[in-house]
Parts: sequence; structure tokens; C-alpha cells
Amino acid sequence: MCLAIPAKLVELLANDQAIVNLGGICKKISVALVPGVVVGDYVIVHVGHAIGRIDPEEAERTLELFGEIAKFEAQQAELAP
Amino acid sequence: MKYIDEFRDGAIARKIAERLAAEVQPGRNYSFMEFCGGHTHAISRYGVAELLPMNVRMVHGPGCPVCVLPIGRIDLAIGLALELNVIVCTYGDTMRVPASDGLSLVKAKARGGDIRMVYCAADALTIARQNPEREVVFFAIGFETTTPPTALAIRDAQRQGLKNFTVLCCHVLTPSAITHILESPEVRQYGTVPIDGFIGPAHVSIIIGSGPYEHFSEEYRKPVVIAGFEPLDVMQAVLMLVRQVNEGRCEVENEFTRAVDRDGNLSAQALVSEVFELRTSFEWRGLGEVPYSALKIRPAFSEFDAERRFELAYRPVADNKACECGAILRGVKKPTDCKIFGTVCTPENPVGSCMVSSEGACAAHYSYGRFRDIAIVAETA
Amino acid sequence: MAKKNYIRPLDIKNGRIDMGHGAGGRAAAQLIEELFVAALDNPYLRQGDDSASFAMPLGARMVMATDGHVVSPLFFPGGDIGCLSVHGTINDVAMSGAQPLYLAASFIIEEGFPLADLKRIVDSMAAAAREAGVPVITGDTKVVERGKGDGVFISTTGVGVVAPGVDVAGVNARPGDVILLSGTIGDHGVAILSKRESLEFETTIESDTAALHTLVAAMLQAAPGGVRVLRDPTRGGLATTLNEIAGQSGVGMVLEEAAIAVLPQVDAACELLGLDPLYIANEGKLIAICSPESADALLLAMRAHPLGAQAVCIGTVTEDPHHFVQMNTRFGGRRVVDWLSGEQLPRIC
Repeated sequence: MCLAIPAKLVELLANDQAIVNLGGICKKISVALVPGVVVGDYVIVHVGHAIGRIDPEEAERTLELFGEIAKFEAQQAELAP
Repeated sequence: MKYIDEFRDGAIARKIAERLAAEVQPGRNYSFMEFCGGHTHAISRYGVAELLPMNVRMVHGPGCPVCVLPIGRIDLAIGLALELNVIVCTYGDTMRVPASDGLSLVKAKARGGDIRMVYCAADALTIARQNPEREVVFFAIGFETTTPPTALAIRDAQRQGLKNFTVLCCHVLTPSAITHILESPEVRQYGTVPIDGFIGPAHVSIIIGSGPYEHFSEEYRKPVVIAGFEPLDVMQAVLMLVRQVNEGRCEVENEFTRAVDRDGNLSAQALVSEVFELRTSFEWRGLGEVPYSALKIRPAFSEFDAERRFELAYRPVADNKACECGAILRGVKKPTDCKIFGTVCTPENPVGSCMVSSEGACAAHYSYGRFRDIAIVAETA
Repeated sequence: MAKKNYIRPLDIKNGRIDMGHGAGGRAAAQLIEELFVAALDNPYLRQGDDSASFAMPLGARMVMATDGHVVSPLFFPGGDIGCLSVHGTINDVAMSGAQPLYLAASFIIEEGFPLADLKRIVDSMAAAAREAGVPVITGDTKVVERGKGDGVFISTTGVGVVAPGVDVAGVNARPGDVILLSGTIGDHGVAILSKRESLEFETTIESDTAALHTLVAAMLQAAPGGVRVLRDPTRGGLATTLNEIAGQSGVGMVLEEAAIAVLPQVDAACELLGLDPLYIANEGKLIAICSPESADALLLAMRAHPLGAQAVCIGTVTEDPHHFVQMNTRFGGRRVVDWLSGEQLPRIC
């Protein structure tokens, strides 16, 4: 139920509809709830509607945050007696 | 798949797990509640519990809209189908929820009720257009994530001048549910709820933003970290909560910055408040009556309100006496504490709300985590 | 030679099945002769009897299996109800370690069903049977009123013979045995789903429907006595099949998620629809549980066969009084892979 998935917008259609691509699968959904999205954006799809947009910079930042942990570990390892 | 696979990386998971193990204070227990069905599912499906330190316990709150749907509401939908020959459209998850008289929507369908599973609200509109001589009711459930699509459907129905389409609105609100858990006088009955912090729901927060949690973390002095859907997001959020608890902070932090900001999706919010308004009170299965926790259709759209068109009278129905769902939803008991878990109450034959949907605490534990209970029993034997 | 009584041939292009075709009279006979026998063509059918007779080797152990096919839609990417019904029953017979010999097919057709579609289905069955070397030697057709039948339902029964010394059965798995999987999972179910009206999505995924008996024969030859259990994970998917076997044999299993291959588009479709590939039907894959010593030889033989090119070891059988099928997740955790509860996908086989 709480299922929502990030997919790439590949085509805008009339009546607030659009085609998204997820891993090679294409599906028609509604973009009525996310005015202003453009082809190339990644949107989050829930029950046939895009409900939000993924900010690529923030995504990168989050991954880096995860990666910092690895860096931290490496630093700690270096500092260890 | 982009923005999915990177957030499921097992090597990074191990790193975060090591970080967690280093930062939890020995001798201290941490109890965090997540109330997003998607989080419950992610934790179970990926086996996140194995990667958390022993003194961190994840508690599953009332985050599954199917699980908190009271029997009385499903009875209304079944009645529409069986007695009034209405075409009832609903999401797949609602179909097996047990209601009165041993029925569920799927069982009512077997008895001849015209009950149809739809993937989205717009499909129900299509069915209404294709069957102008029949009444079509969309049984709308879900938290704030699912409400905007229903609002769209009602607005589109008005624009298309549909005369045979109505919505049975059972949309519920997240923040009121959490407040209710922490405040309820029944907490005294079950014992205090030792929840140290909350993992905020992923997709509800896309719609409502991180703002609404601020008042609530200040008022109740509990940290909230909004987390994305994937297992790495959840683990990172647990780490952020552990840090807040260790440092004595009670802030709202956002781990899911790639999709959530403070304000949320303003167009979606505007649409929802155009079509819906608050109900003064609404019954939640397992939690009783919760004030200002659910939505109903505004007078301007009353012609699309199934409760008005069919003059439906809601009758509350009590849950099975042996069912511990109330305590489980509040986090004071575990699925294995319930006498009927896994015996009478199973995913095939669910008795209570927590077993009904795959995101419910009992269903998730039964399907994914049962082997751990056995191991514990075997060790202590 | 006496002149036949038929006035004109079947109008395959525009004609439809009517109640007369099921009445057993001339119309029915014409349908059988011009459509079924013409396509399935073999000496047994040409005899025109209601049954077929054949000889069996003396003292041979026989295997019989039957399947009903109600797949919707009837035509899907990679196949149709016709070839599916042939493959399905051949596979059921082959999973006992038997060599499939003959098939019987019974059709229940709805009044109004286009003859062109029926011909397409029967031609597909015929091609599948020919390719597999397993003829359809007897059959039956019935017609039901419009609205009572959803196009066509097909029921197939197969017989085969087990070579002496071959003992392949669900109760044979033992702790320590190795679990092999012949290829990617979820293809068939996703191909079907992509054509379901309310879920329509565009994909290039095709059903994996195929006859597995020659793969089985190659495996039995490569490791005589080493193959303990064979099963094709159809309805309910890999998860259900492994749980069945665990129950029958009274064992547990531990799988490695990283070893189980899923095509990227199948993965994506499952994400989109909230489904787990472990529970999705396959129609051209098999699981083999074998003795540890024979695993290498079996994998070699499987990979040399076109239907086993991606064969891989996915886990081991364990001692477990609770018969749990557990899985080490790619993420680093562990979970139970339980029976399917409720219904994931209606009418996929």
C-alpha cells in the first residue's frame, strides 16, 4: 500500500499524463500533482500518480553521507595503535 | 534501477551497522517506532533487524492504513455491494480485511458482490464512465500519500459531470495517530510506552513536509527522523535517532532530503483541502476513537460522497477479544505476545488488523521473522 | 471413392464457434477434422477413434500428470494457452524423472469464440508438440453457452515412462543436498501481467514457457542417482515450490538471494507493482535438489543445454524441524521465505 517508486519521466502527454520508465518498463501515469516536472526528472510514483520529484543533488548528498561512514572507519583504522 | 539500488547496498549497510554498534551506549536500551507500512516492510524484507545492535528495538506503529481500517467501515462497503448492487472499487490490500459475519470484500465477491480491484482512483472513474446505469463507489483508504489521488478523482468526476460516481472516504492522518498513541489514557492501562524516538514516514512526508512533526517533537520531547524507503535510509535514520537520544536532543531531522522538504507538496495539499475537511472523530481499528484524525468530503462536493448518497450509518464493531492488536499498534506488546499469533491468527486467516496487510506488524513478523522466535525458544529450552 | 457430405470448408477467417460445434454431429466432426486433426496430425488422431492405444515396455513404471489451463489473456508475449498447455504437462511428467510419451487434450470452448483464434491456439499446440516430440494422440471438444466460458479452457494429460533406477520425488531431499535453479525467475508472470488491462505497462519481457524434458534427460544422464528432486516453480513461484518440497521431505533450506537471477525488467515490474519475484510463476524453469557430489556435473550438463544456460546453485538443504525456507538477503540480513498467502496474481497458468 505504502508503495512508491522513483521512475524517470520520459514523455509528457496531454491531460496531465506522462510516461515514466523504471528499469526498462514504461508506464503511463498522472503528473497532475507535480506541476512543472520536465522530461528527464525522476518522480516518485504512488498508485498511478507522481507525488513528488527526486532532487538529484540531495540524493548525491545522502549517498555521500553513507559513504562518509566508510571514510570515517578508514580514518579510525589509520589512527588505531 | 536508479535511486533504488544504491540505497540497498549491502556493503554500506555493514558500515552503518558498525557505526551503530560503536555509538550505542552499552547498558542503554533504545526503542524506536516506525509507523510507515513501507518501513515495516523494508525492515522485514531485507532483514535489517540482524544488522542492528542488540539493544536497539524497532517497534511497528499504526502505519498501515489497511490495518487501522475498522470492521464497521468494511461492513459499509460490503453492504453497498451485496445489498444495493453497487460496483465497489478498492485497492488490492483492502480485499482480504476480515469484517463482520465472517465476510471480507473478497468473500463478498465470491457471494456475487461486484467488487473490483483497482490500481488507482482514476480506474474507478473509468469504470463509472463505462457503466452509466450502475452506481460506482470508490472505497478510499490511505494516509496523506494516497489522499491527493482521491481528491483528483473527485474533482475530475465533477468536471466530467459524472452522476453515478461516489467515494466512501476513509482517509486518515498521520500526526494525529502518533499524538494519540503518546497521549491516550489507555497507555496507563497497558503500561508506559517506552518509545525513545520516531522514524517519520517516507511518502506521507513528501506530501505534508517535515513541518508538521516539529510541534509534535517539541510538545512530547521525542526526536523524529524522517527516513526514505530503502533499507539504507532506515539504518541511517536509526543512527541519527541514536545520536539524538545520546545527545539529549529532540529535533525533527530529515534523512529523506532527496524527496522531502519542510513544506511538502503544496499543490497536493491545496487540492486536498479544496475537496476534504476534518472529521471531528474517527474510529481506528485497535486504537478506538481518535479526534481530528480523518477526512470527509466537503459540502461543495457532497454529490460525490457515498455516505450521503446512500445514507450510510456507521456502526462500530468490536474486535475479537483475544486480539492484542491495540497493544501491538501502541508498541507495548510484540506479535509473539499475542496468544493467537500464528495459531488461530495467520495471514491466511487473519483475525486482527495487524495480520491483515503484509505491512502489519504481525504479518511482517509471520512472513519474514518467525524463524527468530523459534531460535530464541530453542536456545532457552 | 464416395463423395464426402461436407458442403464447404470451415470459415476459419470469419467463422465463430457455435453450439452446433459441440453437439457431436457433422459440424463437430468437421471442426475436429479440419482444425484439430489437420494441425495436430498423427496416426493416432487420424484413426478417428475416441481413444488411442499404445504399447508400453514390459514392467515399465509409468507416470501420468494432468493440468487445467485457464490463463488470461489467451495470447501473451512469448506464447499462448496452446503451447503453454503442452509445455506444462510435459514438464509435470518430466519432473518425476520420466520421459514424456503422449498427450491428451480436452477443450471447452465458449460459443462465439473466433475460429481464427482457435486455429492459432491449436497450431501453436501442434508446433510445441512436434518440437518436443510428444504427440497429442487423443482429445475432446465441448462448447458452452456464451458467457459461461471465457474464450477457451484447455485440459491436458500426459503419460511417460521412468527408466529403472530413477527415483525423483518431493520426499527425497536430505540435509546437505544442494539446490540448483535453471535460470531467471518471474518472466512468465510478468509477461502475463503486462497485458492485464488495469496494469498495462510496456515491456519486452516474454514468457519463458518451454518443454524441459530434454534438459531433464541430460541431467539424469550426467549424474545417475544424484538427482533427488525436480520441480518446476509454476503458480506461487520459487518460494512456494521450495516450501512444498521442504514440507514433503521434512527439511529446511537456506538460500542466497544474490545467487537468484532476475532480469532487470522483471525486477522493475515487480517494484512497480509491489510484487516479490520469488512468488511469481515460471513456465520454463526447474529446481533440482541433488547430492553434493553431483552438483558440479549437473551444473555443467545444465549449462550446456539451451534451457539451462544460466543454471546456478542457489542454496542448500538443512536439518530443520520447522521446515523453514530461509534466505540470506543481498543486504546482509536474513529472512524467512514463507508460503504465498492470499493471491498475488489471478489466472496466470
